Amino acid sequence: MSNLTLNRREFLQATGALVVGAQGSFFIGDAFAQGAPAAPPVIVGPPPTALDTWIRINADGSVIVNSGKMDCGQGLDTAYAQIVAEELDVAMGAVSVTMGDTRLSPNQGGGSGSTGVRLGGNALRNAAAEARRVLVESAATQLGVPAAALTVENGRVFVVAEPAKGVTYAQLVGGKTFNTPLKWNNQVGNTMNVQGLAKPKDVSQYKIVGKGYKRADIADKIIATEHFTAHILPAHLLHARAVRPPVAGAMPLEVDAASIASIPGAKHFIKGGFVAVVAESEWQAISAARRLKVTWSEVPPALGGGEEKTFDYIRAATPTFANAVPMFGGKKAWDEKPTQAALAASKRVIEADYECCFQSHARISASCGVADVKDGQANIWSDTQKPHYQRDGIAKFLGMDPAKVQVKWMHGAGSYGRSDADEAPYEAALLSQAFGRPVRMQWSRAEGMAWDPKAPAAVISMKAGLDEANNVTGWQFKAKGFNGWDVKFNSEGPEHTLVGMLTGHKKWNSFNFNVPEDSYKFPAHVHWWETVPPYLQEASPMRTAHMRAPQEMQTAFGQECFVDEVAIAAGMDQVEFRLKHLQNPRELAVLKAAAEKLGWQPRGAREPQSGDVVTGRGIAVHAGYGSFTSVALEVEVNKKTGRVWVKRVAVAFDCGLVINPTGIHASLEGQTMQAISRALYEEVHFDDKSVTSVDWGSYRIANIADIPGKMDYVVLNRPDKAMGGAGEPAMPCFPPAIANAVADATGVRIRRYPLTPERVKKALQA
Amino acid sequence: MPRYTLNVDGAQRTVNAAADEPLLYPLTGELHLKGPRFGCGLAQCGTCTVLVNGVATRSCVTPTSAVVGKKIRTLDGLPKNGKPHPVQAAFIEEQAAQCGYCANGWVMHTVALLEKNPKPTDAQIHDAFANVQCRCGTHIAIIRAVKTAAATMSGAPRAQDPATHITVTQAKSAPAGQA
Repeated sequence: MSNLTLNRREFLQATGALVVGAQGSFFIGDAFAQGAPAAPPVIVGPPPTALDTWIRINADGSVIVNSGKMDCGQGLDTAYAQIVAEELDVAMGAVSVTMGDTRLSPNQGGGSGSTGVRLGGNALRNAAAEARRVLVESAATQLGVPAAALTVENGRVFVVAEPAKGVTYAQLVGGKTFNTPLKWNNQVGNTMNVQGLAKPKDVSQYKIVGKGYKRADIADKIIATEHFTAHILPAHLLHARAVRPPVAGAMPLEVDAASIASIPGAKHFIKGGFVAVVAESEWQAISAARRLKVTWSEVPPALGGGEEKTFDYIRAATPTFANAVPMFGGKKAWDEKPTQAALAASKRVIEADYECCFQSHARISASCGVADVKDGQANIWSDTQKPHYQRDGIAKFLGMDPAKVQVKWMHGAGSYGRSDADEAPYEAALLSQAFGRPVRMQWSRAEGMAWDPKAPAAVISMKAGLDEANNVTGWQFKAKGFNGWDVKFNSEGPEHTLVGMLTGHKKWNSFNFNVPEDSYKFPAHVHWWETVPPYLQEASPMRTAHMRAPQEMQTAFGQECFVDEVAIAAGMDQVEFRLKHLQNPRELAVLKAAAEKLGWQPRGAREPQSGDVVTGRGIAVHAGYGSFTSVALEVEVNKKTGRVWVKRVAVAFDCGLVINPTGIHASLEGQTMQAISRALYEEVHFDDKSVTSVDWGSYRIANIADIPGKMDYVVLNRPDKAMGGAGEPAMPCFPPAIANAVADATGVRIRRYPLTPERVKKALQA
Repeated sequence: MPRYTLNVDGAQRTVNAAADEPLLYPLTGELHLKGPRFGCGLAQCGTCTVLVNGVATRSCVTPTSAVVGKKIRTLDGLPKNGKPHPVQAAFIEEQAAQCGYCANGWVMHTVALLEKNPKPTDAQIHDAFANVQCRCGTHIAIIRAVKTAAATMSGAPRAQDPATHITVTQAKSAPAGQA
């Protein structure tokens, strides 16, 4: 039950000839390594340079694939199985995929930026192609025929002209190792890639890739055979709960041990600002956390005056950093003077500020982690998106060699960015080290909303000029918001976690927001971003980080709402305006497809509608993650209640080569609902001292009443284009498309999201 | 600590629990069940749901002492003879999970609903799930699964669900542009 030991499949892998020695420098200097560091980074765990790290064939011919990524509920392992089955010529059912186990896989970056398929899939495709090549060569020798005379079906290599003459993968290598080296590009993380001598198949040969396959893990979850992190219960386990300060920034001055003396076995723990309790049962731990009497320091209110003042704070703040490129684009200067001059010379100038509220990851269950630290070894069970980075970080935190720390990624509550998932495993590790027993730390509902890293609030300031003929003369996009990297997307060091900061690890100083990656081209077009200082430098409940489509929900809201406003000001239909100014044919194609699917007909502003319920339409487009999306939708607005319902939605999506249309459909449906949730409801409430949205009553999300009446998803498969991301690219279209539709329906432009019923009602009454 | 004998999935199980200890903790701790899960501890999300005498009940706030002598059914106990319950089969068929953590609440509420009302209307379905949360946004697939399960269990034709459709268009020659 405890799943403490390796199961048989994992055991065979970990004890086989998996470690094949240091081959990292073998291929340095060849073409593949161009642009890579001169010396390969040190790899802890299985080397990427061994084919056996990636692919193994069992004695029964079944195939095991090891990936250093993980699945957040979009079925990445299914797509991987398709890619590998395709290259190896085995049945889908023969392939099983293990993910995110630092004992078995190299650091492929974990779950990150919709890179699962588009980056993580490359290494697996190349490894599988090489495995097939090695197996066919081996069969050629065994059968005494040239390799060119052979083909493979269902894991059996045979002579094309004499199908009875053949040998199976199981007979060739089943249960043994390949001992075949791979070239490695010396990259660690998302961009890690390997290749062998084999060339992967041409897309024209694909039989499995591009077909719809269902996820295998869903059955295990529905019949309750799957383990989540929360189910890991090693023998001699201690249950833990943390005790958080009532006021942001307060530190514990005194803990009254007697306050929990009535709970047998319950103990408290204090280090720096971190206070926790441990107990023999989970309920005892919960009870102890509630009863523990802690005296906290008096601190001045730290949260910038609370939510009422958020946007004043942002506008007034001196920027900590500014840049003009998207998230990972390096540093680029910009010049706003030509735009200002163009606007000054324009007949009309249109300006608008768009405001984006803080949002919480609010996972369906808050952070959970299990750690067993003993005898110089740490075993961690965690649903972090980045198990390898977490291994390195926990090693630093505990003062251990990373080779002595293992993180096993587990299924967990859905995770969409740098959520609280990284927090409890660190705390469990600290407590396990202190108490010498395995520890399971489970955060409460309130902690998961009040203390998780937040999506940063921002103000997007837009300006455009129009000439006599209503042509655009200049365009300014300026995003100013809280830092997307206040804590890092990888918890590769304790300074990126709450418990790390509370125990004296000073937070890093690195800054990021974002600018749109779309292809609009306007004269005198300038864009840049600025970040503002955090309310509280260390251990803040309002620290900010990546949340699904990070800083793109915000930038797209400003850009795509303003495009709508300028189109209307210019007297143009919103689709025609976009078609005129977008440059990339793939963006044009999704825009046209979404508009057509919704039945969009060009027209001007809608005539005022009578009655309490009015309808309107909106559209938006987004480029990012190597993918292109457009969302066209129709809303109903109840003017009395302020409720917005998305009645019909058409999504057009281009992610290049499609691996699994079934998976893409599921991901797009999921993005539809989660993005509606973020567009209409999700808003962190806080006063000047603490976060006050701490449960599903105070932090509202979408429910089944929000399901649209009709949904159409158009996927434009482009097999000749590189694989794009499919985990989040549709998300940023929804807030602007909905706000545009509400404006179309009511004639009232709401420039802040979420468009909660209260906010809409108030705007309509104003 | 008091000991309670509970009827869980048809078997008598004895557990230790404090007087005020909610049912969820002995189910997940001592009995190692994997269906009911901690979600909020506040009866707001449904993730911990079990059936008590056929009624969907939030085990995170229901005292263990209050269910002695009652029939407790869990997600773990739904399969019979190695086969998933029809509601589970429908959720698997319709792929009605993303992370799957909250699935317990949806499945157990579906079982409770359909055992009482095999042919629910859309409004009745909405009422039944008004207080069940899914963070991943799987609602669309979940409602498909509820309707599939209703059809299987009642033998009636499958009811219409919110129309959702996917078209995959193979672009013959992709336009030039960014890769």
